[in-house]
Amino acid sequence: MNQSPHFVKIRAVPQGRLALWMLIAGEFVIFGGLIIGYILFRLRNPEWAEQAKHTNTLLGALNMLVLLTGSYVGVRAHMAAINNQVNKVVMWMSVSIGCGFLFLINKSIEYSREISHGFTFTSPKLQEAGNNIGSLFWSFYYIMTGLHAAHVLVGIIIFSAILIQARKGQNLHRVELGVMYWHMVDIIWIFLFPLLYIAK
Amino acid sequence: MEQLTHHKKSFFSQYIFSTDHKVIGIQYFVTGMVMAAVGGFLAYVFRYNLAFPGAKIPFFGELSAQQYNEFITCHGMIMVLWVAMPILISALGNLIIPLQIGADDMAFPTLNMLSYWFFVVSCIVLLASFFVPGGASSGGWTLYPPLSANAYRNTNPDFWSALFSGNSMMILAVALEIVSMLMGGINFLVTSINMRAPGMTPFRVPILVWFLNIASLDFMFSVGPLIAGAVMLLLDNVIGTGFYDPARGGDPILFQHLFWFFGHPEVYVILLPSLGAMAEIISVFSRKPIFAYKTIVYMALISSVLAVMVWAHHQFVSGIDPRMATFFSVGTIIISIPFAGIFLSYMATLWGGSIRFSVPMIWALGFIGLFLIGGLTGLFLGSNSFDIYVHGTYFVIAHFHYTLFPIVFFGGFAAFYYWFPKFSGKTLNDTLGKIHFWLTFFSFNATFFVLFFNGLAGQHRRINDYAMFPSLMQEPYITFEKISTIGTIVLILSQFIFLYNFINSLIRGKKAENNPWNAATLEWQTQSPPPHGNFSVPPVVYNGPYDYSMPDRAEDFIPQNVQSEKK
Repeated sequence: MNQSPHFVKIRAVPQGRLALWMLIAGEFVIFGGLIIGYILFRLRNPEWAEQAKHTNTLLGALNMLVLLTGSYVGVRAHMAAINNQVNKVVMWMSVSIGCGFLFLINKSIEYSREISHGFTFTSPKLQEAGNNIGSLFWSFYYIMTGLHAAHVLVGIIIFSAILIQARKGQNLHRVELGVMYWHMVDIIWIFLFPLLYIAK
Repeated sequence: MEQLTHHKKSFFSQYIFSTDHKVIGIQYFVTGMVMAAVGGFLAYVFRYNLAFPGAKIPFFGELSAQQYNEFITCHGMIMVLWVAMPILISALGNLIIPLQIGADDMAFPTLNMLSYWFFVVSCIVLLASFFVPGGASSGGWTLYPPLSANAYRNTNPDFWSALFSGNSMMILAVALEIVSMLMGGINFLVTSINMRAPGMTPFRVPILVWFLNIASLDFMFSVGPLIAGAVMLLLDNVIGTGFYDPARGGDPILFQHLFWFFGHPEVYVILLPSLGAMAEIISVFSRKPIFAYKTIVYMALISSVLAVMVWAHHQFVSGIDPRMATFFSVGTIIISIPFAGIFLSYMATLWGGSIRFSVPMIWALGFIGLFLIGGLTGLFLGSNSFDIYVHGTYFVIAHFHYTLFPIVFFGGFAAFYYWFPKFSGKTLNDTLGKIHFWLTFFSFNATFFVLFFNGLAGQHRRINDYAMFPSLMQEPYITFEKISTIGTIVLILSQFIFLYNFINSLIRGKKAENNPWNAATLEWQTQSPPPHGNFSVPPVVYNGPYDYSMPDRAEDFIPQNVQSEKK
């Protein structure tokens, strides 16, 4: 039989890719719980539209653009990795990381605007005005976007770790895994954006 | 073929921070046993208090109402998440999966080690929560708000003291435990999909491996909402959001949905590995191929899909739309069909077999008998109209323990007695094993069977001191409470026989053969204990996992890695 002396592995799908698909499935269920919870509350409380007016659609859309660009650039990095073009991998991945930072900067501008208007996690101002239901909107807003932003931050860390190795031409197959994760972060934002920014 | 190289390793990297799946499996098992001792002790304390309210409890002292609540809460959480999960999923999965599919280790050994140490940290956080001001979490093991939210206690703690309160620490411990199990689950799935030995086609994989993977998938697809829900509960506790606070526009029922969306599939996550181990044991000791292998696998797949569609049957009394309740009632009753299919297949395996009443086999048969009681009473509870009547009573407690106790302990002990010779290289004492079984069997029934009657008579659970409710202190129900408590004490004491047998056999036990049970699956075709790398010659698989009763062979079975002469 034509076998190496050690354990022959079936490996229908590359190890890392398989694991990442499972991680992504798990992540979608986490956000799924939040999103369904949000939608049910939103249907019950039409007053939330009042609060949703205060979210900044422009900055949200800009962030969507930034994330999608990061994803596109990530795919270019993946293509370069397949062709073993280390320089291009480094370049495109750096742009992708830059997009991640841009997203976070954008997000912090957005958060500081909202906080300065008194919309925080608990929104004490709204509560004092007797608008408890309105303050719950902001709780949902912060937990959903906050958890998403944390994923962007993790994405930046993952990309950086992959980049450090890829620069030396090592573990180029990991670029694909980073990009898969980045797409997931992207897709979650595609769900969050209309729910929090467009539906006013 | 060349031998695998064996690296000399320091004690630390060999036994403590090991990446070897067998060591990690044993670590999980031992940690789970330690947590089982903690959970068992808590059960003893509050059971004693229930039978003899206000009495001084031996080895503990007096139990206050607050402590009673803490102990109940932590007993439930510990037994489900820190005993059942590590022993049945992590320990069994780690020990068995690579060996049964013929791999040298898990797909991601470092991730595996990380998963164990996350688990250890979660244990420490949980145990530490007993010693923070205000005590451990005390709102019931399901952590329902408002009881699990600090706001309920009318305190307005600052950030740090809220973070280090019993509730928050319980949530953090659960989160860490879930992270650990997710890492393990991803590892199991990738290992089983990618690392099977040549010839190990999907339908030559032993049922245990199938079931562990289905359980891991179910866990991954159901735990997400609980993670989200736990983060929200933590924020309610720590920074004062109002997700679950009706006064602030929130809704406590939301948490119940998020919790049970995980909590119900969790029952099957625990049940499936245990059932899988039973398939191995019953087939080996009946000396018959398992009946309807493919049907069993398909039934388990169906049940795992149905499992995530029935969660709200835990909430029939929480204010649910009757139309929804009907949907969930019907779903719950339907889910008994695949499990009935699996059970009947097991019984059909026994039928006409040449049954050997070895110690693992009697535990397996005990499991089947007792779980049947749990499963059948589950049908009653699944029906909305009956559940509303008994939901707050001991009937639910009895039903729950008739399902979970056989799953975790009868299934767990069956697996332990079956695989112990493989992983220790020593033989257990059979007589002690049988005494252990019978004592556990009778004391378990004494503990929980009487509670069915108490429940049907309407005796409430969630009461710490029946002396305050004379109408509930009537004969024969108070006698039943006492029988139950004595049962618990005997149950716990009989585990010392197991402990003695375990330690004594490890030190003085007879050396075990490589294949003491004449089993066909791959783990028995290597040395006992398996060397680092599991197989000195990588196995190639030619047969199914249950090829017993072979008339044309000297032994009555064909190991999976032996090519039969005639095809």
